[in-house]
Amino acid sequence: MIEQPAGYLLVFATVLPAVGVMLSLALGGRWAERVALLLMPAGLAVALAILACVWSTRRPLLYVVGAWAPPLGVSLRADGISAAMLLTTAIVMCVVVLFARADFRTARSGPREARAPLAFWTLLLGVWGALNAVFVGNDLFNLYVALELLTFGAVPLVSLDGRAETLAAALRYLLFALVGSVLYLLGAALLYGAYGTLDVVLLSGQIRADTATEVAAALMTVGLLAKTALFPLHLWLPPAHAGAPTAASAVLSALVVKASFFLIVRLWFGVMPALLVQPAAQVLAGLGASAILFGSVLAIRQDRLKLLIAYSTVAQIGYLFLMFPLVASAASAPGASIAAWTGGMLQAISHACAKAAMFMAAGLIALALGHDRVSDLAGVGRALPMTVFAFGLSGLTLMGVPPSGGFIAKWLLLTASIDRGQWWWSLVVVAGGMFTGVYVFRVLARTVTRPSERLVPCTPVARHREAVVLALAVLSVLLGLVPFGSFGVLQIGRFDLPPGLLR
Amino acid sequence: MTSATLYGLMGAGLVGLGLYGLVVHPHALRKILAFNILGGGVFLLFGVIARRGASAGVGGDPVPQALVITGIVVAFSATALAVALAVRLVEETGRAALPFDDPPTGRAHRAEL
Repeated sequence: MIEQPAGYLLVFATVLPAVGVMLSLALGGRWAERVALLLMPAGLAVALAILACVWSTRRPLLYVVGAWAPPLGVSLRADGISAAMLLTTAIVMCVVVLFARADFRTARSGPREARAPLAFWTLLLGVWGALNAVFVGNDLFNLYVALELLTFGAVPLVSLDGRAETLAAALRYLLFALVGSVLYLLGAALLYGAYGTLDVVLLSGQIRADTATEVAAALMTVGLLAKTALFPLHLWLPPAHAGAPTAASAVLSALVVKASFFLIVRLWFGVMPALLVQPAAQVLAGLGASAILFGSVLAIRQDRLKLLIAYSTVAQIGYLFLMFPLVASAASAPGASIAAWTGGMLQAISHACAKAAMFMAAGLIALALGHDRVSDLAGVGRALPMTVFAFGLSGLTLMGVPPSGGFIAKWLLLTASIDRGQWWWSLVVVAGGMFTGVYVFRVLARTVTRPSERLVPCTPVARHREAVVLALAVLSVLLGLVPFGSFGVLQIGRFDLPPGLLR
Repeated sequence: MTSATLYGLMGAGLVGLGLYGLVVHPHALRKILAFNILGGGVFLLFGVIARRGASAGVGGDPVPQALVITGIVVAFSATALAVALAVRLVEETGRAALPFDDPPTGRAHRAEL
């Protein structure tokens, strides 16, 4: 284990948001918003620096906390996918902060402190810190604590408006998340009992295929699947994500579900790459395929725009799990494994940008109309052209239309499935794209129809809010033009590839 | 049967009881209690592992004990948050059962912002 001097960056990534939470609570009131505004660019800079460091050294960044080397101490580690997810989180968070300022502004004249804004900004910083801790964590117990922090930040965001419906959604989300993390903890306990360490790097060197390890892996996977809301454990997601305030929905759908997916990837390809046999991987991808079909069909049937987008998240999460059988046993087909790995992670990144933009666009439409019924969207295209354009662009990414990031992701998964001789997954990718097209066009077609009378927005929508949403949607499309494959940055620090393959 | 095995089996039993309770009962408070029983089973298992992993001359491996203290703190905060949500739910609706029906399709539904 070689510690790099730039390892301090990983500490900043986790400590900056935590400092923000404490400052917000200490200063209170209007300061919470300012703290978030100040810290976001700093967080973005740290994420950029981490990515630059990992990319230029072609090695994972490592920081040993307090110089106590594992197994006695705990280390932080950022490989290629951690760096990419950190940067995605920072970008989406920056856009959400700019977007949310109008919704959670503390009035200058009114009472000095309002509860909802203070709670929102503090929780947002908490979620950001917990996400970063998940992405740089290198110890299974530390990762458990980071996951729980994430839950404690995300659940209250759902019920910020305090209506009975969102309270029930938040409670259900919390119960699913708690069962998920306690099963994860049970698996971690079994692994500690079998190996005497919880460090990811150390575990990956000594893992064996015995009953204790397999039971631990199964428990941890099921727990994390409940938190990722993979079909059939998705029941909590639609009411929670559709009921939350817009800015919170964007963060929950774009980033929070990705954290537990990231841990599943960490677990199977980091801790126990040799244990992921094809039958198990096929089950995971089968659940993913069911999620794509089931989520898309339900999305098509929704009448409320935010619920439609929430079911679309259920479907898009499915794509992430198609990568497991295609990446597994990398040594037998390294080319396809590398392509599927890039495809899976790019799906996570481009879905994060597109879904955040889509939720925020839907929020602006609901703000202007006073409702979000899909059947009554006539005339929105003329009233809010920029927002509808942003919705359409993020829809292109979700469908996988070239040159969007979603297209490259789905293309890589599709070619990898054919290369690995698992053609059935390519059918799922194509069918999912068509279903996505149906629900996106159903919305877009309504927005461009002529209304019976001229539509006057009931609340004016600020132009800069439309602009930040559009910027994020454009980014999700432009991601397709970034040559991730030739940069190879996502592959840095993979345990399951034969050494020397990427040089 | 050693005492470690006995306690391990008891932990597994608690985990099973907790999971059963969580799935079967619609009442929010019962679900929260079931989660705590499930958590108790996991914490007991940590104790067993600390005992089993102890090297010669030491009463117990200290690492699982440190982990379990953190775990208890996390479970305590989780319970507090869940109870707070359940209390608010009762205040708003007058009932504490979680409706496991379809999410609102919302024809007569107010749009959220």
